[in-house]
Amino acid sequence: MSRKRGPKAAPSDPLDDLVDAAARALDLTVAPEWRGAVKANLAVTFALAELFADFPLPDEAEPAPVFSA
Amino acid sequence: MDTAWAHASEIAAAVTDGHTSASAVVRAALARIAADNPVLNAFTAVLEDRALAKARAIDAARLAGHPLGALAGVPFAVKNLFDVAGLPTLAGSKINRERAPAPRDATLIARLEANGAVLVGALNMGEYAYDFTGENVHYGPSRNPHDVARMTGGSSGGSGGAVAGGLVPLALGSDTNGSIRVPASLCGVFGLKPTYGRLSRAHTFPFVASLDHLGPLARSTRDLALAYDAMQGHDGDDPVCAARSVEPVAPEIARGSEGLRIAIAGGYFRAGVFPEAQNALARVAAALGAATEIELPQAKRARAAAYVITAAEGGALHLARLRARAHDFDPAVRDRLIAGAMIPAALVTKAQKFRRWYREQVLALFADVDAVLAPATPCAAPLIVLDGVELAVRANLGLYTQPISFIGLPVVAVPVPLEPMPIGVQIIAAPWREDVALRVAYALEQAGAVAASKPPLGRDKQPRQ
Repeated sequence: MSRKRGPKAAPSDPLDDLVDAAARALDLTVAPEWRGAVKANLAVTFALAELFADFPLPDEAEPAPVFSA
Repeated sequence: MDTAWAHASEIAAAVTDGHTSASAVVRAALARIAADNPVLNAFTAVLEDRALAKARAIDAARLAGHPLGALAGVPFAVKNLFDVAGLPTLAGSKINRERAPAPRDATLIARLEANGAVLVGALNMGEYAYDFTGENVHYGPSRNPHDVARMTGGSSGGSGGAVAGGLVPLALGSDTNGSIRVPASLCGVFGLKPTYGRLSRAHTFPFVASLDHLGPLARSTRDLALAYDAMQGHDGDDPVCAARSVEPVAPEIARGSEGLRIAIAGGYFRAGVFPEAQNALARVAAALGAATEIELPQAKRARAAAYVITAAEGGALHLARLRARAHDFDPAVRDRLIAGAMIPAALVTKAQKFRRWYREQVLALFADVDAVLAPATPCAAPLIVLDGVELAVRANLGLYTQPISFIGLPVVAVPVPLEPMPIGVQIIAAPWREDVALRVAYALEQAGAVAASKPPLGRDKQPRQ
């Protein structure tokens, strides 16, 4: 049912894009053999973050840790 | 006296009365460590000279008629993220072996020793505390004394194994998302994670600043209370440590659970529970006559937010090490930390705002209840070598602990001595009410519903392949 795609037509994985960009920005090296596990961890993180990312809170909501001058 | 399975309170009484000496107790502990640690792999350092010198000093003090502390002659050990004078603070890592030896002991070690306890060593742990299994690629896995083929749980794996295996009656661990409560559950011992900010974390290796707690593991509620009382009090070296006066709980625990309103956590805390955890919870609830279920609102989201904050802060803490020497990390920890460093800041900020909302909802529940019961782990100790199917179990060991530490509530994990493996139940109280959780634990112990069961004698101590 799926058409066979050539390598050039393969869509880029957004997690690969994030890993590449973040690694550059943070000056981190992600060895090819680690990339799969790093992406898998990020996928879990984003799936969990979806649970609270859109939880409705007012603009005035304060974070839990409170700074004290 | 046979001190192998004696409680800390019994040892201290015997040393104080002169029925035994601190030196004899400490020598016996060192002998047990020498005999059993090659299999249990709980210790990464044994401090024989230091411990014997301290024991001799206690015995000399007694002969001179000086008053002894509440923990006189009690051998204890600490997770190796505590600073111990003269040792590099490993925090379960290979990288930290190159740290300079710590110039002094962590505050909590000093406070226990000021009460007569004797530090005998440092304990194995999951690398940088980012772990629920007690396994460690550099130092080998901590092994569960009830079945050495099974994991201790983590990350305070050596703490659970050393206490459950009778090597020491008391150990200290740390708990960021469950790292005291998970090994207490899987090893069948008592564990106390106090209120966030209650006990000083000064001079220990951190993980997640707004989630890190320290606390004791022991084989009785009284021992938890004695150690906790000895460690309480403000410490200017930890900016999070609350400026509260010491509130001793040891004199309170015998009041038991009378008059306390105890409920069972429903919803999220009932889902995904294995039969042994259901059984343990039912036994504890029945012993307390607890039948009311309450819902901790949005606990699933709370666990998710704790996960994201942990990953992000962990990644940030270790960023320089990840840049310079990623190959020296445990590969599984490294991959989690790298991913954590890449989490967008907006998600972490939202998690911290959600956290305050969740805290307010949960605190409101304590208007109607004094303590809440919940499973400590979804299942009893899994095998150390897991197949792919069971990998999900490993990641889920903290499912029921994370939503509680997320808002810093005090918890006692109590061991239900099921066969073949024990499993724990959490007794959760309102902030600063460790006394309530410990009173309930004591009542359960008196009722015979919970106990640290002795691993079978003459067990096959060889790890199975």
